[in-house]
Amino acid sequence: MNNSTLKRFCIGLLAWVIAFVIFFPIFWMVLTGFKTEADAVADPTLIFSPTLDSYAEVQQRADYFKFAWNSAAVSLGSTLLALIIAIPSAYSMSFLPTKRTKATLLWMLSTKMLPPVGVLMPIYLIFRDVGLLDTVTGLIIVYTLMNLPIVVWMLYTFFKDLPKDILEAGRMDGASTLQEVVYLLLPLTLPGIASTGLLSVILSWNEAFWSLNLTSSQAAPLTAYIASFSSPEGLFWAKLSAASTMAIAPILVFGWLTQKQMVRGLTFGAVK
Amino acid sequence: MTKPRAAGRTVGGLRPLALQAPAVTLLLMWMLVPLGMTLWFSLQRYNLLMPGMTGFAGLENYEYLFTDPALWSAMGTTLLMVGWILVITVVGGTLLAVLFQQEFFGRGIARVLVISPFFVMPTVSALVWKNMMMHPANGVLAWLAELFGMQPVDWFSSLPLTSVVTIVAWEWLPFALLILLTAMQSLDEDQVEAARMDGAGPFSIFFFITLPHLKRAISVVIMIEMIFLLTIFAEIFVTTSGGPGLATTNLAYLIYLQALLDFDVGMASAGGVVAIILANIVAIFLVRMVAKNLEE
Repeated sequence: MNNSTLKRFCIGLLAWVIAFVIFFPIFWMVLTGFKTEADAVADPTLIFSPTLDSYAEVQQRADYFKFAWNSAAVSLGSTLLALIIAIPSAYSMSFLPTKRTKATLLWMLSTKMLPPVGVLMPIYLIFRDVGLLDTVTGLIIVYTLMNLPIVVWMLYTFFKDLPKDILEAGRMDGASTLQEVVYLLLPLTLPGIASTGLLSVILSWNEAFWSLNLTSSQAAPLTAYIASFSSPEGLFWAKLSAASTMAIAPILVFGWLTQKQMVRGLTFGAVK
Repeated sequence: MTKPRAAGRTVGGLRPLALQAPAVTLLLMWMLVPLGMTLWFSLQRYNLLMPGMTGFAGLENYEYLFTDPALWSAMGTTLLMVGWILVITVVGGTLLAVLFQQEFFGRGIARVLVISPFFVMPTVSALVWKNMMMHPANGVLAWLAELFGMQPVDWFSSLPLTSVVTIVAWEWLPFALLILLTAMQSLDEDQVEAARMDGAGPFSIFFFITLPHLKRAISVVIMIEMIFLLTIFAEIFVTTSGGPGLATTNLAYLIYLQALLDFDVGMASAGGVVAIILANIVAIFLVRMVAKNLEE
């Protein structure tokens, strides 16, 4: 083994050890989901007889698919709505900027920094009065507004990267604004729009504060489902682990598959 | 050429406004309506437990709030948490980006594993860490400590802030790594090679080539993390409930305590107003600073 092969081996080993340490809590959680409650609290071990009991019990206690369906409906619905609202706005900001554009963008971002608790009371009261409490629609509205600033920002940077000449050429050929957006802008920036959407889906899927406070039985997504296992009664680790695994599995796989796409969105396209 | 055309399409600035109207109007409503109500409530005597006690309170709620040591402690905790997590994730993320950029066996899979925590919902990561990792008796960390003949640490009672910071940093380190790793890919290999030829060691390459190259990406990481870390809630809610005492109560959690546990709508609203003002101060100074960096 020569020196550089040895060096490469050491680098690889170090990287793998770190990767495993960081991934360990997730690995451990998935593993615990297949244990009996007695095994779950015993000394840590990799040797045990796997069982699906916890999964069965969790499913018996609450219908996983109903929560998963709510999560999916709310994430996809709010993402779609946010994109529809944000696209015209980002279009005008990047192609027809005014003196106020930058201030508007910063102001939008600042709305993301308000702690939701600061406005929970009013939103709760309004939702109660118009009958939006515990509805998928209500949650879609909140998540749309929650993600809107980030979605606008991302689309803005993606649109700005587009060579102006292309849209210019379309305009010369007599395309209307709508045609320009639909036939030129959207197809050309599709990767950017996709990565923006992916991030919005993930943020909505994982959001816990609003879902816990605005839903109860009908519209509760998976975050609320997990919370029902965090009570003292939920301290059955195997069941907690099984439920957690089911809650994160779809979005984790989704994240793995789309990570390359997503980075562009996460960095507002600023990092290539 | 562009100018008259653009002007022609704006009709006195009307068109951009019309296109932005939906987003701006909605966000304005999302902010102003609750803000208005919050402001109004904050000037009222309004406690759900004491229905008889109503009426205009003036600045009473604010007076209580500002003389309450909890507010200052919560502000300090908020800053400490955000600061520590930023330091850990940015420094750690940069070092890991350099490591994971190297060629090694199974790099793709290792990368997928290491970025995974970012996709886990905060409630789940908090529960897993609290119960299965940091549990003083049955947790993996306690087991490890005993294995090495050390006293297991009762994480949440003896090192509460450290525990919360650890969990949140675990969630966000992969995020920083993901961004910085992507940025590393555009690093000019020829330049690194040339520097090496000229006799530059790995440290000078890191400090004079890699780090400046990552500047922009680091700005992005800091900006996005700041937006999310200022409002950390789920992790505190699930693990320490802000305690022991006020050790892990940040501003977001303090308002929650007043609103939903003490049922004091007036006080909670005053806290909300303070939080909103703070958020805007941060937005004006820090985010603007970082955003300028992005515009270059």
